[in-house]
Amino acid sequence: MKIAIASGKGGTGKTTIATAFAQALSKERKSVSLLDCDVEGPNSHIFIQPELDQFEDVNMLIPSVDAEACTGCGKCAEVCQFHAIVVIGGQTLVFPEMCHGCGSCTLICPEKAITEIPNRLGILEGGLSQEGIRFGHGILDIGEPMAVPVISKLKKWRDLMDAEVVLIDSPPGASCPVVESLRGADYIILVTEPTPFGLHDLRQAYKVTQELEIPAGVIINRAGIGDTGVEQYCEEMGLQILMQIPLEREIGHGIAQGKSLLDIKPEYENRFLQLHLQITEALSIVDRS
Amino acid sequence: MIIAVSSTDGKFNTEFSPRFGRCNFFIIMDTDSGEWESKPNPAADARGGAGPQAVQFLSDAGVKASITGRYGPNAFTTLKTAGIRAYIADAGTPEELLDRFKAGTLEEVNAATGREMH
Ligand code: SF4
Ligand code: SF4
Repeated sequence: MKIAIASGKGGTGKTTIATAFAQALSKERKSVSLLDCDVEGPNSHIFIQPELDQFEDVNMLIPSVDAEACTGCGKCAEVCQFHAIVVIGGQTLVFPEMCHGCGSCTLICPEKAITEIPNRLGILEGGLSQEGIRFGHGILDIGEPMAVPVISKLKKWRDLMDAEVVLIDSPPGASCPVVESLRGADYIILVTEPTPFGLHDLRQAYKVTQELEIPAGVIINRAGIGDTGVEQYCEEMGLQILMQIPLEREIGHGIAQGKSLLDIKPEYENRFLQLHLQITEALSIVDRS
Repeated sequence: MIIAVSSTDGKFNTEFSPRFGRCNFFIIMDTDSGEWESKPNPAADARGGAGPQAVQFLSDAGVKASITGRYGPNAFTTLKTAGIRAYIADAGTPEELLDRFKAGTLEEVNAATGREMH
């Protein structure tokens, strides 16, 4: 079962929930993997503390032009939809950070002046946590805007996807990297706060899950700080509220110190096992209908 | 010599646009005859790579010097390759900037001055 944890914006407690969920399941001796797809700022490892011993670069093939062979005909620039290759003053320039590695320019060049060379986008790191969680995350290199290839490679990496329960910590927002992270999930947990801002972000995130046609439920974090807008919205949309985590000083403090939710509040272990049952139940209803 | 100034509204005597790749217009001027024309920037709405595309446009128009507020790294590299000289200014109308260019009082830059906008 693949469960993604998403939220419309950062700082909602998505990672807190994903890591606690993984720990609770692994304590139950389930085979669990956790993929941190927030490649621009992965931080699940802080709470899971895996022994990172597997590494792999993520590369994309980008064009490299042989100036001797190039006639400056401009065909490569014409075919590139991303304007990553430009022919100007008889010279051909490549802008690696705009290139999507589609290979069109190489194919079209009549002089065979283009070869493809690997350009590193980021790195994957993986390993086991003490509890036995199979962990993996991607880290985008600084200045690299291309998050999607890193995420899609992480989602195919080694045996991460073979665990009984696969948890995917998605990046915040509703952009392409988010869609890439959520794609293929059986269920999506949307994490939000009970405030008007939280509601706004929840709507955006829910739209993405609807477009992907993946069933979703909501966890309200910092319950009690705002209003009932989120609850009303969930009721209207028929979105199940899976859990409410009240705002407690103790939790905030512990997390700031890098402690996981289960270390701070061991009683949450049961609630996360319950969450797993709720999702299993929700999915079996979907299957039957 | 043909020079270009980035512009918001395409006029000769209103404040120029400090943005290069995504300005709405370029005022293309001939420093010898004083003639000028305003051309819409085809890269203004580009999803990415506006800088290089704008340079391509200027290069095709025969421009040899560009005046704007700042250049991103990609725009700057492309300008250099195209053999277009890069000048910057804080304020001014295309008319005034043309005079300052002719008087040789504009600052020429030899490195990118701003972040690339995607
Ligand atoms: S298509 Fe090939 S020959 Fe033509 S400009 Fe591009 S690299 Fe040069
Ligand atoms: S590989 Fe594709 S995206 Fe990259 S420069 Fe060539 S045509 Fe453009």
